[in-house]
Amino acid sequence: MAASILPFEKPVAELIEKVRELRSLAAADPRFEPELAQLEDNTGRLAREIFAGLTPMQKVLLSRHANRPYTLDYIKRLFTDWVELKGDRRFADDCSIVGGLATYHGRSVVVVGHQKGRGAKENVKRNFGMPNPEGYRKAIRLYEMADRFGLPILTFIDTMGAYPGIGAEERGQSEAIGSALAAMARVGVPIVATVIGEGGSGGALALGVANRVLVLEFSCYSVISPEGCAAILWKDGSRADEAAARLKITAPDLLQLGVVDTIVEEPTGGAHQDHDEAAVRLDKALWTTLSSMDGLSPEELVDDRYRRFRGLGSFVG
Amino acid sequence: MTWPEKTLPTTDASEKRSLGAGVFRRCDGCSHTHDASELARTFEVCSQCGHHHKLDAEGWRRLLLDDGELAQWDDHLVPNDPLRFSDGKSYRDRVAALHKKGRAKEAIEIGRARLDGRDVAYGAFVFAFMGGSMGSVVGEKITRLFERATREELPVVLLQSSGGARMQEGILSLMQMAKSVAALERYRKTRLPFLSVLLHPTTGGVAASFAFLGDVNIAEPKALIGFAGPRVIENTIRQTLPEGFQRAEFLLDHGMVDAIVPRPEMKAYIGTLLQHLVGHRQARR
Repeated sequence: MAASILPFEKPVAELIEKVRELRSLAAADPRFEPELAQLEDNTGRLAREIFAGLTPMQKVLLSRHANRPYTLDYIKRLFTDWVELKGDRRFADDCSIVGGLATYHGRSVVVVGHQKGRGAKENVKRNFGMPNPEGYRKAIRLYEMADRFGLPILTFIDTMGAYPGIGAEERGQSEAIGSALAAMARVGVPIVATVIGEGGSGGALALGVANRVLVLEFSCYSVISPEGCAAILWKDGSRADEAAARLKITAPDLLQLGVVDTIVEEPTGGAHQDHDEAAVRLDKALWTTLSSMDGLSPEELVDDRYRRFRGLGSFVG
Repeated sequence: MTWPEKTLPTTDASEKRSLGAGVFRRCDGCSHTHDASELARTFEVCSQCGHHHKLDAEGWRRLLLDDGELAQWDDHLVPNDPLRFSDGKSYRDRVAALHKKGRAKEAIEIGRARLDGRDVAYGAFVFAFMGGSMGSVVGEKITRLFERATREELPVVLLQSSGGARMQEGILSLMQMAKSVAALERYRKTRLPFLSVLLHPTTGGVAASFAFLGDVNIAEPKALIGFAGPRVIENTIRQTLPEGFQRAEFLLDHGMVDAIVPRPEMKAYIGTLLQHLVGHRQARR
């Protein structure tokens, strides 16, 4: 994977690299093992120290990290028998949302997730993970399929937002997102959403009307990007760090506001340092969460989801 | 961190046009100079060119509702400040300043009314209150509108005019989209209609939740309606947008709304829809 290191994670990233080197040495020669243990310990401690003091904007940058695991990276690690299903049956296949059928701990599930690209070429294909209406209409098609066949839905949220383009408006971006929210609200199967990276506004929420919402430790979820917020408030996108702090978009904020139910801890140095370990941790939380809804009837599942969102908001009166 | 105090205008930009309006008003469409009272009489529609100026929530009540009467529901709900948000001026102060002016408590009014002789659950956004933005109160009131319409078996007529989700309540504003749409989904089981009226402007989180989910979507002439704001799109694609982009006529061409209905015909149009869709279960009174 191409090296892409953010300034603030540099000391940690360098140590993690050393751990990797030492680990391969230790595999060949057990005499390195005490040294490896010591280095792992130090690295873990330093990472915890540095990452505990991250600003909200630094967490936003981690959530967008070029090496962060994307939906397909998790699909590869969490599921077997993956069958990707494509197209909205109306206009096109939007590659910025992937979806399909998979086996998860022995049961069939429907998976829908935003998909960013790695590198310029794939990013053009994936439109940088910013869906057009047909992406949401594909998602709706899959939600309805899940409902018809009684399959749980697992979604993975990772988008800057729905694509703001001419074609998107011509083909009804608003209607597509609104209809996706409605479809998620009505299906009689359990839905678990996980914010694995960026949770950008309505384009994220169209995969987010779930019974339970998980968030990775360094993921964010916001009504508007910090840059967009700063541009509106101060006509100055460079003040994004201030906006990020004001908007309360980090995992602990989201938990406190009731928007997410569980925070999934990331491996030392962030999910991008160890995709396998990130997937193992997500798997644990995901399976526990999904199993907790076993035995609920379709009506109970719809009601449970209704109550979850019904309670969100803060007002006087 | 220091926060430079912005010089804030004493009025909302959205209200400028009606403030200080003395005896004469110039039409935004054709520049014709009107007697201010004449524009009030025509519900802000220019008699010369037909341009629709913004009509406030009170004007819409007078235009659409029988006797102009709305028995308001949940008018007591006011914003909290869950994020302790400030952008130089605190959200709390911003809301307090609007309350002091005493017009509306929030960016939507809802209630029970009669429209063309039929009982309806009615809601209308108040654009003058923070650009009609949807925070927790707006989301809650729309949710209650659908819930109560479900219980009382009433058709829903909702007039939208909103810049989208309210930034000052952050992610909780986003969640209002899911909450209100879930309530709409429940309401649908009553087999009563949801008539969605899209006024100028309807964008962002309001457009991308319930606004387009009407059994019938009605737009006002030339209203700006869309997901992303025109400036955001221009900055993304780096080209100038075509004339008429995201206007009501554009939406009609692209199959997103059923009709563009001028203000003078709006009441009769909705009345006819109600006759078709609820006439079999609710007679006119």
